[in-house]
Amino acid sequence: MRSRWRKFKESDFLYHFFRDPVAYVSFGILLVLLISAFAAPLVAPHNPYDPTTIDIMDAETPPAWTDTGTRKFLLGTDDMGRDLFSTMLYGMRISIIIGLGAVFLQAFLGIVIGLLSGYIKRLDNILMRIADVQLSFSTYMIAIFIGAVFQTAFGVANYEKIAAPLLIIIIGIAEWPQYARTVRASVLAERKKEYVEAARVIGLPRLRIMWRHILPNTLSPVLVLSTVQVANAIMSEAALSFLGLGMPLLKPSLGSLITAGFEYIFSGSWWITILPGILLVLLILVINLLGDWVRDYLNPKLYKG
Amino acid sequence: MDKLLSIEHLNVDFAMRTGPLRAVNDVSLTVDKGERLGLVGESGAGKSVLGFSIINLISKPGYIQSGRVIFQGTDISSYSDEQIRQVRGNRISMIFQDPMMTLNPVLTIGAQMRETLHAHGSMSEAAATAICLEKLKKVYISSPHKRLSQYPHEFSGGMRQRIVIAISLLTSPALIIADEPTTALDVTIQAEIMDLLLELCKNENMGLLLITHDLAVVSQVTQRIAVMYAGTIVELGPTEEIIHKPQHPYTRGLLGALPQKASGRGRLNQIPGVMPGLAKIPVGCPFSNRCSLVREVCRSTRPTLDAKKSGNQVACHLVDQG
Amino acid sequence: MAAEREEKPPMKTDVLVGIRNLVKHFDISGGWIEQLKLDAGRIRRKKTVVKAVNDISIDIHEGETVSVVGESGCGKSTLARTVMGLYPPQSGEIYYRDQRIDQLSESQLKPFRARMQMVFQDPYASLNPRMIVGDTLREPIRFHNPGISGDELDGKVAAVMEQVGIDPDWQNRYPHEFSGGQRQRISIARALAVDPEFIVADEPIAALDVSIQAQILNLMMDLQAQHGLTYLFISHDLSVVEHISDRVAVMYLGTLCEMASARTLFTSPRHPYTQALLSAIPRLGKAFSHKKLSGDVPTPIRLPDGCVFNTRCTYARERCRRQIPSLIALSNGTRVACHGVEDNWVDA
Repeated sequence: MRSRWRKFKESDFLYHFFRDPVAYVSFGILLVLLISAFAAPLVAPHNPYDPTTIDIMDAETPPAWTDTGTRKFLLGTDDMGRDLFSTMLYGMRISIIIGLGAVFLQAFLGIVIGLLSGYIKRLDNILMRIADVQLSFSTYMIAIFIGAVFQTAFGVANYEKIAAPLLIIIIGIAEWPQYARTVRASVLAERKKEYVEAARVIGLPRLRIMWRHILPNTLSPVLVLSTVQVANAIMSEAALSFLGLGMPLLKPSLGSLITAGFEYIFSGSWWITILPGILLVLLILVINLLGDWVRDYLNPKLYKG
Repeated sequence: MDKLLSIEHLNVDFAMRTGPLRAVNDVSLTVDKGERLGLVGESGAGKSVLGFSIINLISKPGYIQSGRVIFQGTDISSYSDEQIRQVRGNRISMIFQDPMMTLNPVLTIGAQMRETLHAHGSMSEAAATAICLEKLKKVYISSPHKRLSQYPHEFSGGMRQRIVIAISLLTSPALIIADEPTTALDVTIQAEIMDLLLELCKNENMGLLLITHDLAVVSQVTQRIAVMYAGTIVELGPTEEIIHKPQHPYTRGLLGALPQKASGRGRLNQIPGVMPGLAKIPVGCPFSNRCSLVREVCRSTRPTLDAKKSGNQVACHLVDQG
Repeated sequence: MAAEREEKPPMKTDVLVGIRNLVKHFDISGGWIEQLKLDAGRIRRKKTVVKAVNDISIDIHEGETVSVVGESGCGKSTLARTVMGLYPPQSGEIYYRDQRIDQLSESQLKPFRARMQMVFQDPYASLNPRMIVGDTLREPIRFHNPGISGDELDGKVAAVMEQVGIDPDWQNRYPHEFSGGQRQRISIARALAVDPEFIVADEPIAALDVSIQAQILNLMMDLQAQHGLTYLFISHDLSVVEHISDRVAVMYLGTLCEMASARTLFTSPRHPYTQALLSAIPRLGKAFSHKKLSGDVPTPIRLPDGCVFNTRCTYARERCRRQIPSLIALSNGTRVACHGVEDNWVDA
């Protein structure tokens, strides 16, 4: 009986992983990004949240490699005088937290509803119709609506305090139907299988069958979906921030950085918008590439010669 | 003496991360014009792989490692993709187990039949339709005109298999390879389909390579039988001989395990153990770890398929010895 | 009806499982939108019902093996599952030792579940791919014996694995690490784990190779002798059925055509469908001589009027198209549903 760790080390998964450059390079980059984002307080040369370290006179300094740049600000500063590099790191952290948080919420809601919908026929119709209605509202529309209502009701300052959790909730609730449908499809397929009939023949109660037998067998597509959804959630948050409905300027995410710097592109301070933009693209790209790889790996019909 | 099909020392391997695995090991077979040969074995024996490799249908990670497949005088195992397409579906047709997999559910029967004809020669619409109708009649499908515009889901399993057979007849092939054509069908339909195949092969003088695990079916339709185990042919001979006087211990075990051969209500004669997976085939004779007559020589040397006194070819050290 | 093996005449208490006039239909009409159809210029609601099992009555005696045979679509699998309580019947009764069980709630049914178990056809789908084999075996035992200690549980699991020929050391492996035959053994072990009296086997060897089939059949027969089990064996493989059954029931489109002792059925089948079925079995070395059946198999959605078999029967007459034949008992104990047998115009 080999231990789980040994089994993993010898497994097909690692073997194929190390043979595909796209996989391990993407993973490597993602790891670097994740570590630098979450270790931002240790890694970043400046603290963009501390107003005492920010000098408005430093605003719009170009990156270090240009003529007028300085070593102090590696990638230049933004319009408020914050070190762009540090702000980007902190911003990436927020983007990732919102992305992951939203996906957890989506997945949780989606799995529960998908399970109930697939296994209990009477709930199926109503739950799926609710999902359809939900899907017909675009995420952005809901976000704009909730964001606008909140800001007018409670004021912008209060909004900014709870912006991050609010975004997680909005994006989380907007996208659960994806999960629900995927899980429901799996449940419908698994329900007919004989091991489920065997569980019923033993006399096991419904909830136990759903939890112990069906759920573990529906997780494969959920995993694949999640990788895509994390990227999507980060994108959604960036778009919302770009529209002014996301993270506030004082605690920016990558998206709000891009917004803030957008007006300066024509006046020559291109780095304020472009550099966070590149980082965002890179982050989403590697997540997508890894997600694609996982999906292909889990696809039993594709042979990985 | 021109054989229709001659397979010479064919080896088919599968490339795995731990090295190549041999699925078909040094197989040599012949089929005469109009002859019906049965290829019998259990799942994992390699018979489907063998059937597929005749027309180069095996895909990665499988590949033909060495050996030749000579069809109507030419070695087709070294054909390019373009060349083998002239042969496939044209001079050699293949029938698969599940008719729903062969038939495209979104195309009408007529469309699929015409597609096959157009792939192998140009002709007018009228001529194509005439051929389609003729072949549908040959497989006893009623109202063939109406059928041409119907979709596969409108037919029962047995009728779909008849349509598949009709499609395989469209180009008047010289050889049909049938891979478990009736396994998915009910017993009464199975009987009809096998009857049909037998009649067609006799009338059209087509060769038939029937791949199956069902010994009873093969005993009624074929003239010769090749028994396959773990990638090798272990016995080859006329059907009558193999069924009534099997010589290889595996063939004997297989026939003996049938319920028809059990005495009264007693236990069935079982062969202990399981057929080894490709990676675990024993050195020497592949059957050595399950054979009740095993000797030292069996474990060290692989027996070759040789003609024995009885006239059959058997791959066993112990036949014709004392 | 005289059971093949017992000497004494059957008493009511001998019947372990009684199936009386069982009817099971499936309504596949769909939602109300899908039911709307244009018919003769008017929109009507059309119900589509699959009449899978129509009025089946079978008594299964303790210790015997009753086989149900028929081709695909005949309803034998549905019958098996209805008897096991997986589907609620439309009408009819199911008795277990004279207690009616078809209308019980899940909690009332629980004690019966330990006595009636099932083995399924597909060795690849009948075990949860994400549970180790040991847990698959522990689950039913723990469920039916809530107070059982860990040691006792492990002991039982090891014992039942040995009984079916699987090394108990392998209980921490996943199903995909076993071969088809081994998985089927594990399925049998799961059924056996709760000490049942009655086992329904739905095509248990159909998906296995010939040489493994023999092993599994031998195992099942050995277990029957050791534990005094009663089997309801569903199969389409008539040669296997001939070998292991005491009595055989032949089904066609949800109806019972003929039921007789195995020996009688295979030597002198009376129903035209049984005759055609038996003649179609390929026999080693004997030439084909099967009775051709005309026409296509009708669908269980639109059953023919009268006798379900009349559209393909070579003996069919007017009466067969109008009147459903009732099950009559012949002198040798066989029950047949056929006008032709009743009135003697079908050859024996």
